[in-house]
Amino acid sequence: MSVLSLEKVSVRFGGLQALSQVSFDLGPGEIVGLIGPNGAGKTTVFNVITGVYSTTGGKVAYDHKNILGLRPHRILALGVARTFQNIRLFQKMTAMENIMVAQHCRTKAGVAGAILRTRGQKHEEALIMDKAMEVLEFMGLKDKAGEIASSLPYGLQRRLEIARALGSEPKTLLLDEPAAGLNPLESRALMGIIERILDRGVNVLMVEHDMKVVMSICHRIVVLDHGVKIAEGGPREIQKDPEVIRAYLGS
Amino acid sequence: MTRGSSKAWIALGVGLVWFYLILWPLMGITPEGLQFIPSLVVWLKVAAAAFVLVSLNQLRTAGALAFIGKPTTAAWTEIRKIYKKVPVRVWISVVFFLALVFPLTTGRYEKDVVINVMIYVCLGLGLNIVIGLAGLLDLGYIAFYGVGAYTYALLSVHFQLSFWLCLPVAAVFAAVSGCIIGYPTLRMRGDYLAIVTLGFGEIVRLILNNWMSLTNGPNGILGIQPPGLYWPGFSSGLTLEYIWLKKLNYLYYVILALVVFTIIAVHRLNYSRIGRAWEAIREDETAAELMGVNTFTLKLLAYAMGAVFGGLAGAFFAARMRFVSPESFTFLESAMVLSMVILGGMGSIPGVILGALALIALPEAFRGFELYRMLAFGGAMVLMMIFRPSGFWPAKRMGQRSEERG
Repeated sequence: MSVLSLEKVSVRFGGLQALSQVSFDLGPGEIVGLIGPNGAGKTTVFNVITGVYSTTGGKVAYDHKNILGLRPHRILALGVARTFQNIRLFQKMTAMENIMVAQHCRTKAGVAGAILRTRGQKHEEALIMDKAMEVLEFMGLKDKAGEIASSLPYGLQRRLEIARALGSEPKTLLLDEPAAGLNPLESRALMGIIERILDRGVNVLMVEHDMKVVMSICHRIVVLDHGVKIAEGGPREIQKDPEVIRAYLGS
Repeated sequence: MTRGSSKAWIALGVGLVWFYLILWPLMGITPEGLQFIPSLVVWLKVAAAAFVLVSLNQLRTAGALAFIGKPTTAAWTEIRKIYKKVPVRVWISVVFFLALVFPLTTGRYEKDVVINVMIYVCLGLGLNIVIGLAGLLDLGYIAFYGVGAYTYALLSVHFQLSFWLCLPVAAVFAAVSGCIIGYPTLRMRGDYLAIVTLGFGEIVRLILNNWMSLTNGPNGILGIQPPGLYWPGFSSGLTLEYIWLKKLNYLYYVILALVVFTIIAVHRLNYSRIGRAWEAIREDETAAELMGVNTFTLKLLAYAMGAVFGGLAGAFFAARMRFVSPESFTFLESAMVLSMVILGGMGSIPGVILGALALIALPEAFRGFELYRMLAFGGAMVLMMIFRPSGFWPAKRMGQRSEERG
């Protein structure tokens, strides 16, 4: 399993200090929750890790290797996959195809292979399909394989996003508000899924507003407010932390 | 009369008055003074036609036409059922067989038209990769056609190289020019990309037009060799003779082979890892990049692959016309190919073929109306966008696709 560590990461957009000196890490076999009021910089952290934003200072390391400045697709290839706060599936593609796309960085057949349909390419395609099917089954979406992503109900779209991220065979999964818009039943199912993902040997960093979800499955919680880390610890400590209470309730 | 129907009649009235207001100054102001009669005659015809159409539509919505509509839809579903039952392979072989025997049964003119259609099928399928799969709006696509055509023309005239040798060379040149155009422009998205590609298309045409020493400018290049072939002859024992495929029949089979190659290549690319990555880019570029697709390389590859098929078509065009000039590579041609792709259905191979047929063969059928071709074009496009926004034959999804393959 792999370790993700952020060290004194700062991001500045013009006059806005989105993140200042944020440090935390994600160890093997851990589920870490990232919480904080709206605009605290949680999604910015995700964007920094996955290479969408560049930082103005600090270090981000994965497996003790610097990943700052790498293009997003390279970071995914290293094993960090993510989902999105507002669902960003490939709308017109089927559930199956969505996951097959995620296998792109794990496969290598080129134009010539595709046009000539070489044996290697056929073998690879079959492998991609098998892996995609396995992920669909794992997420309980097997019977939806042939359906167009945009025609799936909201809850399943959320699940398909996680499936797509898993389809890239990540070692670390970043979930951006996976429970947003889910009903209590669905979010309970989601918690089960996240725990099973952990059993696959994937560690999870998640941003979530649903405190019930966060407090019950996260091993550790990092709290951000206005781009500053104000607390870090187990769910119990966090619930009692005066700084956190002040940030959430206002002073 | 219901409220909905009176609304339709009012709309018809307003439309007709508006139409007359436009029509009269267009037709009525002549050197001989103001005239009302010619515009009125035309207007009356249009008004009568519109009246009949609106009446028919009213009857349809009122359900009075159900006695025609029901059997038609029933027949249609029956036809669809039969179509679905027969494997796709059978349909493809039927079409292929018809394509093979076509030149044996038809005259020069028909063959000429169909060869033209097939050139555009190649172009359309190439552009389809760029627009339909990767979702990059390219308004300068015809530039690659031009590059392919001039590559073969120059190599043939100056070095007497054979067509078959030049075909891959033309493809490579087109691919390289695709990359050259693609590299600086692909940082842009959407409308900006469209404008820049439009500019590049014009640049290529202007270079062809003005580089007198190389391309002979607007006069074009004459004396291009047709494709040749070694063919066994029996006049003095068994010898291999080199014959020029000048006859339309031979050219027909050359372009047919090219089309078949293009279709197979595009089909296989489409259903491969690369095709999926292109579609992912079309759907959501940022998400694609975050899901491990190297968007920059793949977009460049889409340009290059599109250009390859354009270049192949261009080389054939030069060999068939045996003359090239910059006039054949204007923006109008780009727009034409783009229309085929959109009309037929973006990302769909049969769609693009239908689109090419519709836009090349139909105007031939309506030779008499050629002046109004652009008008009909625009009208057809508008109607298509209203009634079939995803084209004649929309692209199939892979979920259905994999079953069909098994």
